[in-house]
Amino acid sequence: MATLQLREAIRAAMTEEMERDENVFLMGEEVAEYNGAYKVSQGMLDQFGPDRVIDTPIAELGFAGLGIGAAMSGLRPIIEFMTFNFSYVAFDQVVNNAPNMRYMSGGQFGCPIVFRGPNGAAGQLGATHSNSTEALYSNFPGLKVIAPSNPDDAKGLLKSAIRDDDPVVFLESEQMYGLKGEVSDESDYLLPIGKARIAREGDDVTIVAHSKSYHVTMKAAEELEKEGFSAEIIDPRTIKPLDIETIIRSVMKTNRLVVVDESSPFSSVASEVTHQVQERAFDHLDAPVLRVTPPDTPAPYAPNLMDRYMPSVEEIVRASKRVMYAAA
Amino acid sequence: MADDKSKAQTDPADALDAPSGDGAADEEAVTESAADEATEPEGPWTRQSIDIPDGPITETVEYNTYPADRFSHDELDLADDDLMPMLRNMLLQRRFEERCRQMYQRQKISGFLHLYIGQESVSTGSVYGIRLGEDSVITAYRDHGIGLAMGMDPGVCMAELFGKKDGCSRGKGGSMHFFDASKRMFGGHAIVGAHLPLGAGVAFAHKYRGEDNVCLCFFGDGAMAQGAYREALNLAGIYDLPIVFICENNQYAMGTAVDRVQAEPDLFKHGRSFDMPCSLASGMDVFSVNRAVKDHVALARDGQPSMLEIRTYRYQGHSISDPAKYRQEGELDARKSEDAIVRLEQYIVNQGVAADSEIETLDEEIKQEVLDAIEFAENSDFPDDDAIYEHVYAQEDYPFIN
Ligand SMILES: Cc1ncc(C[n+]2csc(CCOP(=O)(O)OP(=O)(O)O)c2C)c(N)n1
Ligand SMILES: [Mg+2]
Repeated sequence: MATLQLREAIRAAMTEEMERDENVFLMGEEVAEYNGAYKVSQGMLDQFGPDRVIDTPIAELGFAGLGIGAAMSGLRPIIEFMTFNFSYVAFDQVVNNAPNMRYMSGGQFGCPIVFRGPNGAAGQLGATHSNSTEALYSNFPGLKVIAPSNPDDAKGLLKSAIRDDDPVVFLESEQMYGLKGEVSDESDYLLPIGKARIAREGDDVTIVAHSKSYHVTMKAAEELEKEGFSAEIIDPRTIKPLDIETIIRSVMKTNRLVVVDESSPFSSVASEVTHQVQERAFDHLDAPVLRVTPPDTPAPYAPNLMDRYMPSVEEIVRASKRVMYAAA
Repeated sequence: MADDKSKAQTDPADALDAPSGDGAADEEAVTESAADEATEPEGPWTRQSIDIPDGPITETVEYNTYPADRFSHDELDLADDDLMPMLRNMLLQRRFEERCRQMYQRQKISGFLHLYIGQESVSTGSVYGIRLGEDSVITAYRDHGIGLAMGMDPGVCMAELFGKKDGCSRGKGGSMHFFDASKRMFGGHAIVGAHLPLGAGVAFAHKYRGEDNVCLCFFGDGAMAQGAYREALNLAGIYDLPIVFICENNQYAMGTAVDRVQAEPDLFKHGRSFDMPCSLASGMDVFSVNRAVKDHVALARDGQPSMLEIRTYRYQGHSISDPAKYRQEGELDARKSEDAIVRLEQYIVNQGVAADSEIETLDEEIKQEVLDAIEFAENSDFPDDDAIYEHVYAQEDYPFIN
C-alpha cells in the first residue's frame, strides 16, 4: 500500500492506462503546460508529450464533442473539465451525443470516453461555480456516473472507467484533491463499477453518502457513537448504476435510512435512493427515510449562508436521531 | 459574391471614418438596396447566388488601429478639468484591488478573486465613452475595475467581497458577480463566454424599446474560443444590435497564451466573419481606448454592431492563487514600464494640468477612500440566515422543499 493524495491516485490511474493503451489520451483546459489547474495531471505532459496530453482553448462544447468523435473512431479519450460547472457548456455533447451513440447506431458506434473533473461546491464560489451534477447526469440513460470518496476507490474506479466501453462521468472534488489515503499497489488495480462499499458497520441506522458528503457523514457517525448510536455508512461509489442491493441489505438490518447528498433535493441522488428503498424494502422501514441535502436554492457566496447551504454534521446527526425516534 | 467582396473592402474603414456612421458608405448601401428592390420581388427566400465567379476571390480589409500615444485629450473632447477625475477613476481601481489582495490574505475575502490591476485604462477609457446610467455594460468575472469605473460605491463593492448584506449583490455573488441595476451594470459573469449572448440581449432590449442607448460587452481573449462568441456576434449582426463587443486581450487565459489556442490570434479580425467593423486599440493608453470606444459606440448608436480588441496586460496572476510562472522572464516588467496610469500622470504633469504634488494628494485621498470602504464592509452584517431563500424566485411564498 502506498499513501497517495486523491489527485495522485487519479494521476496514477490515468498514467497506468496511458502506458497500457496508446489509444488513451488526456485533453482539457490547462492539463498540459500548466500541469493541471489542480495539478492532477502534473508531469504527464513530460511523460507522454503533447500528442497525448493536450491543452485546449476554453471551448468545452468543442473539445467534449471532439472526444466523442474520437471515441466513436476507436480512441479512448479522457476529457477533463476544469470543473463540472463548465460541463454545462458542453451539455448537449455529454448528455445527447455521448450516451446515445451506441443505441442510435444499433450498436455500430460505441463511445468509450471518460469525462472527469471536480464536481460540487468548493467553498464560497457562488451559484454558477458550485453545481453538484451527479443526480443530473444520472438522469441520462447510456451514461455511467462515478463519484469516489477516497484515493483508493478513485484509482480503481478510474482505471475501470477508462477501460469501460461506454461513456462515464467521473466526478472528483476540488476540496478532496489533497486528501491522503492508502492505495493498493496491485499492478492492475481495477474496482468494479456499480459496487457500493460498506464503509462503517453499525446496527441502528443506515446512512448512504458519497464523495465529499461521505466524510461529513463519518464525522456524524462519531458524534452518534458518543451518544450510543451505531451508524452503518454505505458509500455507493458509483451513482449509476446504483448498487441498491447493498443498501437494501443494510436497511433490512437497521430498519432506518438517511441519505446525504450534495445535489439539490428535487430529483436528487437522495430521492432516487429513497424511492428504490421504499419500493423494495417498505416493510423493513421503521421510520420515513430522511435526506440531508442543500436547500432548494442556488449556492450563495456569504460564508454564513454557505455554511448553512452545505450538508453538515449537525444536520446528519439530527436526521439520524429523527429516524431512530431518539430525543434530539 | 462580387457584392460581398466590394463591401469587405469598404465597410469597416468607411463606417469608422464617418463621424456618426451615416456617411458615404451607408448612402451607397441605401441606393444599392433600393435598386435591388426595384428588380426583385419581396420574400423570405435566399438572395445568395450559386453562380460561382471565375475567381479567385480576393479580399482586402481595413482594420482601424488606435495605438498608444496617438491622441491628445482635446482631440477626444476632454477638457483639462476631465483629466484629474479620469486619473482618479483609474487610481481608485488600482488602490481598491491592492487592498483586496491584502483582505484576501486576511481571510476577509474568500472564493475566487481575480484582480484587474494593469487593465484600468480599458474600464476608464470605456466609461468615458458612454452615457453612464443610460448605456449598458456587461462583463466577465474580472469585474471590480469596470464596476468602480462606472461609479459603484467602493464600500458597497468591498462589502460584497466580504460577503456582507450591504454588498452590491447582497453578499450572494462575491467577487465574480458585481451587479448594479441603477447603473445599468448587468454583471460580472463567471462562466467564460456565457454572458456574450446576454450582452446581445441587453442591446436587443435597447433597440426594441426604440432607445438610442448601446451595450458594451466586455470579455477576455479566452472567451473568444467559446461557441457563444460566434452565436452572439452573428445574432448582433443579423438584428443590427447596438452593441460593441470589446475583447480585453490580456494575452492569457489562466496560464494559456492566446496564440497557443487561437487559430487566428489577431482577435480583432474575428468580427470580420460577421461583416462587422473591427479595430485594434492599445490598452496601455487610456486615450487610445477612449477614442476607439467612442468611435465604436457611435457605430452602435447607428445600429451597427462592431468588434474592438484592446491589447492589455494583467499584472497579477489569473486569480490570487496563481503564481503566474508561465510568463517569459522580463515580460511583466516590460508591461509595467508602460503602465497606463503612469502614462496619464505624466501626461497631466506635462500638460501643466496638475503638479506631481497634486497627484500625490489625490492618491492619498483615494487610499483613504479605500480604507473607508474596508471599514464600511467590516461594519456591515452578514446576511440573515434566512436570506438564503431570498431572491431565488420573485414569488414570495414559493413552497421550498424542506
Ligand atoms: C466555461 C468556463 N470554462 C472554464 C472556466 C475557468 N476559467 C475561469 S477564467 C478562465 C480564463 C479566462 O480567460 P480570459 O477570457 O482571457 O479572461 P481573463 O481571465 O484573462 O480576464 C478559465 C479557463 C470558466 N470559468 N468557465
Ligand atoms: Mg485573458
